Amino acid sequence: MSETAEQRANVVGPPPGGPAKRGDPLAVLRKTGGLFIRQREATIFVVAVLLLVYFSTKSSAFYGQSNVSNLLSGIAAPFIIIAIGEVLLLICGEIDLSVGFVVVFAPFLMHYLIDFYGVPVIPAILISLLLGLVVGWVNGFLTVTLGLPSFITTLGTGFILLGLTLTTSNAEPVNVPAAAQSIGKFFGSQNGGYAWSAIIWAVILVAIFHVVLTRTRWGLHTVAVGGNLLGARESGISVARIKYGSFMICGLMGAIVGLQTAFYDNTIDPSAGGYPAMFYGVTAAVIGGTAMLGGSGTIIGAFLGAIVLATLQDGFLITGVSANPLDIYIGGAILIAMIANVQLARRQAAGRG
Amino acid sequence: MTAEPAAAAGAQDGDVLRVEHVSKRFGAVTALTDVNLHLAKGEVLALLGDNGAGKSTLLKILCGFQPPDTGRIVLNGEEVTLKSVDHARELGIDAVYQDLALINQLSVYHNMYLNREKVRWPFLSNRVMRREAREHLEAMGVNIPSVDVQVARLSGGQRQAIAVARSVYSDAKILLLDEPLAAMGVKEAAMILDLVRDLKEHGQVSVIIIAHNYGQVLEVCDRVNLLQQGQITFDKKSSETSVVELTNLVVAEYRAALEARHRSA
Ligand SMILES: Nc1ncnc2c1ncn2[C@@H]1O[C@H](COP(=O)(O)OP(=O)(O)OP(=O)(O)O)[C@@H](O)[C@H]1O
Ligand SMILES: [Mg+2]
Repeated sequence: MSETAEQRANVVGPPPGGPAKRGDPLAVLRKTGGLFIRQREATIFVVAVLLLVYFSTKSSAFYGQSNVSNLLSGIAAPFIIIAIGEVLLLICGEIDLSVGFVVVFAPFLMHYLIDFYGVPVIPAILISLLLGLVVGWVNGFLTVTLGLPSFITTLGTGFILLGLTLTTSNAEPVNVPAAAQSIGKFFGSQNGGYAWSAIIWAVILVAIFHVVLTRTRWGLHTVAVGGNLLGARESGISVARIKYGSFMICGLMGAIVGLQTAFYDNTIDPSAGGYPAMFYGVTAAVIGGTAMLGGSGTIIGAFLGAIVLATLQDGFLITGVSANPLDIYIGGAILIAMIANVQLARRQAAGRG
Repeated sequence: MTAEPAAAAGAQDGDVLRVEHVSKRFGAVTALTDVNLHLAKGEVLALLGDNGAGKSTLLKILCGFQPPDTGRIVLNGEEVTLKSVDHARELGIDAVYQDLALINQLSVYHNMYLNREKVRWPFLSNRVMRREAREHLEAMGVNIPSVDVQVARLSGGQRQAIAVARSVYSDAKILLLDEPLAAMGVKEAAMILDLVRDLKEHGQVSVIIIAHNYGQVLEVCDRVNLLQQGQITFDKKSSETSVVELTNLVVAEYRAALEARHRSA
């Protein structure tokens, strides 16, 4: 409050670490802790690198090209893409539990359209992607317009989608339509250069939505809606538009992952996706620093969170260690990330953030 | 009660805003029964009344946040239906809400441009917003560490100053201020009052200011309206009334209500 105008004009951002009294060991500890909490993306990046290095020293197969592409395209890409949708929803104060079942249903829809209804490949793919948008719209309608909590809304729509998939497919896996194979490799494939397509899609989507979230009105309003719903409304922000949009984006991400997974595995499997796909997406978001309370979150963080998850999963597999304790690490990571989130919120409330 | 004004009594052709027979209910609660009010160009009108009298409800109707149940709003001689906050802003009406409508997680400058961001499509023009926000706050004499900090990190008075600055620099022709002095220190309150006085001198902007500190608003306002039980019960030039008269009116209402309750008990 005592700064002059000139001084103020020079201040670009809050000084990192907050005020720490010199020579006080507790304050120094607090300062480093604060730095760690604030630089979430940097922290999670370091964790990802450490894990990669660790598994590389454990097994030379780990950094073989086929394993790296499998880690990124086969495991990480679906986490990343779903996490994008969940981050946007979590920021505006909602969640989508149904997205994993869009993952399941979208490739089946493509299969039905091509193999049963003779729809050409490209329209069939587009309609399957449209399915994601439609499911998102329905989630938005039930949540925003009818006022159900999104946890319940998407629980319901998720079950319905799963039921639809199982009923129409007789719960049997099917082959990817032959006609779609050649286009499919651009979505995902385990062969040659196309083994990278899934992760390339993921990175492109991350870049797009990172920019949308941090550089556009849409992103700013998403934060505003999640940060102060009434305030956003009072400022004239169309809360419904933001929430509908976020649900629809999340649904679209589910459909993309569904097609990608089908092409990557070269089979359409009703047991792919589902709750694990959704929970890994949410986990990536949370590890990456997205608070469940709304108002904050980052796409880059979620991207790194997904890489950490995928590295753990793949590393356990390739080093031949039993995969059974894997979930212990993932659970631990979620809790540590959440503790960091809560601490950050406390610090900000205390004005030290 | 004194001076029970008829619909739009004292209204003139030059009025920028007229409110006629506006009512508003929330379920069982009747917030506004029959409000009539007028505001001349360049005028500063103080809207006083006790807690729960319906002041904020009226303000939120006038800024397009919520529709009235009945009644008319006349802007520059033409009846309007305010469809949304954006619509009201297009018509030149802007409000500082009692709850300030700030987003804790966003920076000061993003809050100052909330929902009227400067954009070079499709991107936010952060540099322009940051610079102009800083200029506006400096011109107003607001002291904050930086326009980049999250508003969560500001004091109550600083937050209020941001909210007021946001409206004052929005180019609105009608400003609605809901308790802009509530969290203000002596110096900061003086700053806001000076700002209102400034606007008055330029004569382009009309202001409705809601406040509980009668002494402070009487310093800057031209006219006083008292809102009691959902109606305007008092309408006088500020030069013709005093803090004592206003206080007595409100207390008298309270006493009367108390007696009525005792009698019925
Ligand atoms: N959204 C709402 N839902 C239900 N009741 C409401 C709502 N908004 C206001 N009310 C009721 O309407 C009445 C008037 O409220 P209002 O906020 O307008 O009062 P006020 O004059 O601004 O009071 P204060 O001086 O305390 O700010 C109160 O009884 C309040 O409970
Ligand atoms: Mg009020």
